[in-house]
Amino acid sequence: MSANSVAIAYLVAAILFILALKGLSSPVSARRGNIFGMVGMAIAVFTTMTITKNWVYISVAIMAGGALGAVVARRIQMTSMPELVAAMHSLVGLAAVLIAMSSFYIAQNGVALHLSNRIELFIGTFIGAITFTGSIVAFGKLSGKLGNKPLRFTGQHWVNLALGIVMIGFGIAFSMSPSWTSFLIMTAVALALGFLLIMPIGGADMPVVVSMLNSYSGWAAAGIGFTLNNNMLIIAGSLVGSSGAILSYIMCKAMNRAFLNVILGGFGGGEGAVADTGDGVQKTYRSGSAEDAAFMMGNADSVIIVPGYGLAVARAQHAINEMSNMLTEKGIKVRYAIHPVAGRMPGHMNVLLAEAEVPYDQVVEMDEINNEFADTDVVLVIGANDVVNPAAKTDPNSPIFGMPILEAHKARTILVVKRSMAAGYAGLDNDLFYLDKTMMVFGDAKKVVEDVIKSLQH
Amino acid sequence: MSVVDPNVIDPIVTNLTVFVLSIVVGYHVVWNVTPALHTPLMAVTNAISGIIIVGAMLAAGPVQLDTGTVLGFVAVTLAAVNVFGGFLVTQRMLDMFKKKGK
Repeated sequence: MSANSVAIAYLVAAILFILALKGLSSPVSARRGNIFGMVGMAIAVFTTMTITKNWVYISVAIMAGGALGAVVARRIQMTSMPELVAAMHSLVGLAAVLIAMSSFYIAQNGVALHLSNRIELFIGTFIGAITFTGSIVAFGKLSGKLGNKPLRFTGQHWVNLALGIVMIGFGIAFSMSPSWTSFLIMTAVALALGFLLIMPIGGADMPVVVSMLNSYSGWAAAGIGFTLNNNMLIIAGSLVGSSGAILSYIMCKAMNRAFLNVILGGFGGGEGAVADTGDGVQKTYRSGSAEDAAFMMGNADSVIIVPGYGLAVARAQHAINEMSNMLTEKGIKVRYAIHPVAGRMPGHMNVLLAEAEVPYDQVVEMDEINNEFADTDVVLVIGANDVVNPAAKTDPNSPIFGMPILEAHKARTILVVKRSMAAGYAGLDNDLFYLDKTMMVFGDAKKVVEDVIKSLQH
Repeated sequence: MSVVDPNVIDPIVTNLTVFVLSIVVGYHVVWNVTPALHTPLMAVTNAISGIIIVGAMLAAGPVQLDTGTVLGFVAVTLAAVNVFGGFLVTQRMLDMFKKKGK
């Protein structure tokens, strides 16, 4: 194919990628959008195939990688989606570094690179390298292999700053007079930096980190596009980069955290935020059995379920769907209220509920449902805590003050399923539990829901 | 360094134009994505960032096998994991989103 035909084919692929993202505006159009994305990718790959010479080896490499990807996509548990996404970001980062090394190798043995190409090469490489090691750390934390605790030491920010300056210094040295020494030192420092930047961030902040690395993986692809003067990479990379940036912003807003504050670490590790034992006054709460809960929900007109990640940990999604179907059959209006950070990545809870065959039109986002709690008979809070803590609205001294919450406290009756009175992620006590109209149901989420189902059958 | 002809656009300027316009398009398209589908959005953007496979193929392109092309082949394999894994897992998730009674 001529260079012009290739460029036109890339344009078609780029439009298809945009349509793929556009499709996600509704579950109805999303599947068609995904097909557009696949077609776009196929066009991009086949077009590129016509201008490479080693197409046999390349096809073998694609089949090997593709087979692995397909197997993982089929086997992965929906609760493990954040790990999978983090692992995939690391692959993009590593691929970017390898391509940059390859381009430099080819340039050393042939046509020398221009100054602007060398600067682009340096930028593409360091973003790729940071994405690579940063995503590996994120993967380790999400899968529990590295532990949830943030790793911190004194002077950490200064060390990172110094490393950043060293990295840029060698990058500039490389741009001025290219050599493998400066290239490799720059890459090694960037790899170390990716590791050190993500280590101090705690488990609760992982939704932001995963979104941010999503963004970086896009910028890495775009950076390589600049180096290779390839519009396809620049367009697709920028789409991904802006998508990840928007998701990071949405997650920070949902946690009422400043982006810089998350990135610099702190919070979310458990330490520092000790449960507020408060004024020493023993607060009283009311507790009841699963049968009591079943009775209250069975006699309500409307029920809102507030699921948190604890629901998924207890694998209670299918049970809760069965329960809500029984309530619906009784003519009770059942809906699910989703806080943006209910899962471990943006939109995670929606996927977990969808997997349990909860119809998506029963699942409502925070902003849409918050006005309706006041008119609701029963709210069932299950596996969630901080996202329904009224202190976020009422107590300016609370660490989570200002964080948007689901206003469960406005409902007529509140049922809270919890293992014990222990504090949540943020380590805070929750006034919701001590309201007169609140009933605590202690136990494992799945067990409680199954007991509710049993008593509803009678 | 070659003499710069003021009447010829440097490729970096063209690249920058494409880059900025793509960010603007991405910004507007992504804000329209429903929050319920943010996880599939991340999975599909994973697949789309697998577009780096194009760069990897170009690196693996030259006919003689040397360090440069071998690095390219490894990158093609890594990116292919993303392309296939990303699109397929997105499809799997989207198949779960159903309406009531279907």
